[in-house]
Amino acid sequence: MATNAAQAPSGRLIERVTELAIQAFLWAFRIVVVLIVVVGSILTLAQGRYSAAVWVDLAITGAALGSIYALVALGYTMVYGILRMINFAHGEVFMAGMFAGYFTAVALNNMGVLNANPLASIVSIVVMILVAAALSTVVSLIVERIAYRPLRNAPRLVPLISAIGASFVLQYTFRGFFGPGVYAYPPITILDGKAPIPFIDIQWAEVLVIGSAIAMMIGLYLFVMRSKTGTAIRAVSEDQSAAALMGIDVNRTIVTTFAIGAALAGAAGVLYAQLFHQFNYFVGFFPGLKAFTAAVLGGIGNIPGAMLGGLFLGEIEMIGPVLFLTGLGVPAANQLKDVIAFTMLVLVLVFRPQGLLGERVTRNRA
Amino acid sequence: MTSDAVATAPLETGTEAVPSIIAWRDVIRIGLIGAAIAIYLCLVGIVPVFHERQLIAGVITLGQVALFGSMALPGAFAARKASTLRDALLTGAVAGLITGLAVTLLVVVGSVVDLRVMFLNASPELYSMLTMGMGTAGAWIPAVEGLLLGALAAGVGQLPDRIRSPLVRGLLAVLVVGLFAGLLRAPLLSAGLGSLSAVLFTSDGLTVVGAVLVFSVVVLGRVVRQRVAVGERIAALPDERRQQLRIPAIAGLVAIVLILPLLLGPFFAQVIALVALYILMAFGLNITLGLAGLLDLGFVAFFAVGAYTVGLFTSTAEYGLLDIPFWLAVPFAMLFAAIFGAILGLPILSIRGDYLAIATLGFGEIIRLLAGSNLLLPLLGGPRGIINIPKPFEVPSTSFFSGPGQIYYIALAFAVVVAFVAWRLRNGRIGRAWIAIREDEDVAEAVGINLIQTKLLAYVLGAAFAGLGGAVFAGLVGSIFPSSINLFVSINVAAIVIVGGMGSIPGVALGALFLIGIPELFREFADYRFLFYGMALIGMMLYRPEGIWPSGIARRELHVEDESQVILAGDTTPITRGGMS
Repeated sequence: MATNAAQAPSGRLIERVTELAIQAFLWAFRIVVVLIVVVGSILTLAQGRYSAAVWVDLAITGAALGSIYALVALGYTMVYGILRMINFAHGEVFMAGMFAGYFTAVALNNMGVLNANPLASIVSIVVMILVAAALSTVVSLIVERIAYRPLRNAPRLVPLISAIGASFVLQYTFRGFFGPGVYAYPPITILDGKAPIPFIDIQWAEVLVIGSAIAMMIGLYLFVMRSKTGTAIRAVSEDQSAAALMGIDVNRTIVTTFAIGAALAGAAGVLYAQLFHQFNYFVGFFPGLKAFTAAVLGGIGNIPGAMLGGLFLGEIEMIGPVLFLTGLGVPAANQLKDVIAFTMLVLVLVFRPQGLLGERVTRNRA
Repeated sequence: MTSDAVATAPLETGTEAVPSIIAWRDVIRIGLIGAAIAIYLCLVGIVPVFHERQLIAGVITLGQVALFGSMALPGAFAARKASTLRDALLTGAVAGLITGLAVTLLVVVGSVVDLRVMFLNASPELYSMLTMGMGTAGAWIPAVEGLLLGALAAGVGQLPDRIRSPLVRGLLAVLVVGLFAGLLRAPLLSAGLGSLSAVLFTSDGLTVVGAVLVFSVVVLGRVVRQRVAVGERIAALPDERRQQLRIPAIAGLVAIVLILPLLLGPFFAQVIALVALYILMAFGLNITLGLAGLLDLGFVAFFAVGAYTVGLFTSTAEYGLLDIPFWLAVPFAMLFAAIFGAILGLPILSIRGDYLAIATLGFGEIIRLLAGSNLLLPLLGGPRGIINIPKPFEVPSTSFFSGPGQIYYIALAFAVVVAFVAWRLRNGRIGRAWIAIREDEDVAEAVGINLIQTKLLAYVLGAAFAGLGGAVFAGLVGSIFPSSINLFVSINVAAIVIVGGMGSIPGVALGALFLIGIPELFREFADYRFLFYGMALIGMMLYRPEGIWPSGIARRELHVEDESQVILAGDTTPITRGGMS
């Protein structure tokens, strides 16, 4: 008895001390990150190695990349909002769109349409985007049917593991179909060269990406906020059983959500290829992961949040390495852009799990 | 009247007058699914690539098995509800025919349009294989094959279990022995039984004699077993007798495991050394994932720390710092990996499960990118890596233990240690705390478990063993490059634990054997390894989320009735059924 009584307080003391140590560590972590960002930025700017034009250039590339992340992130965020699951295979849906767009582009090019005249080129791009969106939707719905639907009420990790499995199946299916080699989109001449916008150095491809991404996002926002289906989606993500009681077909709404997310990802695939041209079966994985980061950044489950998070991540990824790291004397800072993106993910999860706009959902006690 | 007759028909089966009903919609649907699978197998390359591998020399290849399987299975499946033999054959034949027709269609379309501009595998070789070398003129062949195989499979399904079961097992045995022919041949050759081996095996498959022999042995064995009822006799034995029987069985297994590299020769020794290494790492992750339920997809981060520590401490080449023996470096590898585990784990362990998985995935990538970056180039050698890492034991190069054999035993010994640690911890206070956290964090916290500290311990232990795995890997390969630090190490290890059975030691060992051993053995599988992984992960989650050989607790918790499923679902806002709570 006496030993028990003596042990209990000392045990609690140890617990208190470790608790304190953990808190101290987390604070140290924050301080280090802030110091790197602030000191690095000041040093870089003080060195004055980069002109304003370089920063604008980086910002525009970041915006183009960010709008693609945003489009993909919308799929993550909508599916998460409605099912509370991370659709890990979404990056591969994006990749599927890229392949579909590629084969459409090649076919159009062989028919001589792709670069016939500016109008034909624009129509071709629209056709590519539509085909990509359609194939991505089909792929996503197959995955949903086989790998996710039977697991809707399973413990949380079960659908995640199934989704990881689906991600591999899709990657290696495309590898099996089309081989491990690198594909390159046929060039579209009207996208070459700079857009005649004063003071800003912007490529036509970037105009296309940013413009169509914004158009699609506005369309999606209006659809979700105004249309009947959109209302159903919001209702189901609010409360499934109540929505079912109100006569909403929950299953159909979930499928619609997957389809919309996939269509946006497929379209994003074609746009991505206009920026980077080359791709292979593995191309979806890391952009997918980063788009997920963007979704978390904006507050997962939150549609405007995903758009904002995507843009923010694109900018951080392009500007971050140069701004934060070159001043600290890091060689080839651009190698570390993914490190910055993933650090961003961890930082958001740890210090602001509700994201920029969302509610607090990543902690256990939602 | 007719509708009445139809409605009551199932009650009158057996009477000749009433025609039985066949659910044609279901049959057609099954046929179409089979068709999709068959086309998929052809175009994804499994059929043509596996066709290069003889299963029974001159009779059937692995690719044909895949193709015929995709035709026979719809037949068996469509006929499973049929009440009479005639119905069964009919439905099976129709389902098989639909599948076969799809393949025929593929051949016809392929001869008109060049599908190869999109699908690399839609090659003349594929068409020639599908039509048995006849080209377009033989386009009817797959359809007939489908018809016959579908009907055959349906017919087999109608046989009484007494006959069907030995038959199916015999065929499966031929398939398995044929697959592992190379592996089984090696000990025969090294034992000087080359002539016996030549009768049974070709270089990568069975001979006809071998196949017949395997089939008859298995069928006979099965029949004898049914007569003698071995299983029931063992089950009927008193507990003590069963315990006594188990000891020689385990001893035999251990003996086989110990002499395995000697039996199999150098090539297979390399493979099993890798399997042993993955068993070691999977046992480590088993603590983090299997016991505490933390899905760590950044396992490779700590693997990298361990491998680079050993590299830096022992390498005699550039970047080597200390030039100390391997064994002195191993504790440091574990220590540094554990410290990294604590540093990375502390901030993220309060994050919920699925987010934790993604965050750790991010860590793995961060470490990989840093290892290859110019930033750490002066320290870690960048893409050139660290070379000249000494072997753990320096033995003359003629000795058997100079190569992978040595690593096999070292990895196995470490694996036993890790398994022992995990087993002792599981049955202690901390193990129960981990399992409580895995089950329900809120309840665990409510009963006074400190979540962060308990999780951190599991994470740090897993990291330390990952470091150990990295150290052994560095010893195995003799060098370490950033390209060895990739996501697939993490995925491999996680898949082993999940497929094998979370928290179960024999399950994890089995998982490593399946997921690492088999793909390493078959070069044909190399390109499809991760495809099969993905399918295994999905299939496991759908049908057996507790793994191949689950631990007792996992089995119980995942196969209880609905209520507990709802509780397990946590905050996925399950739809509560009326009358509950």
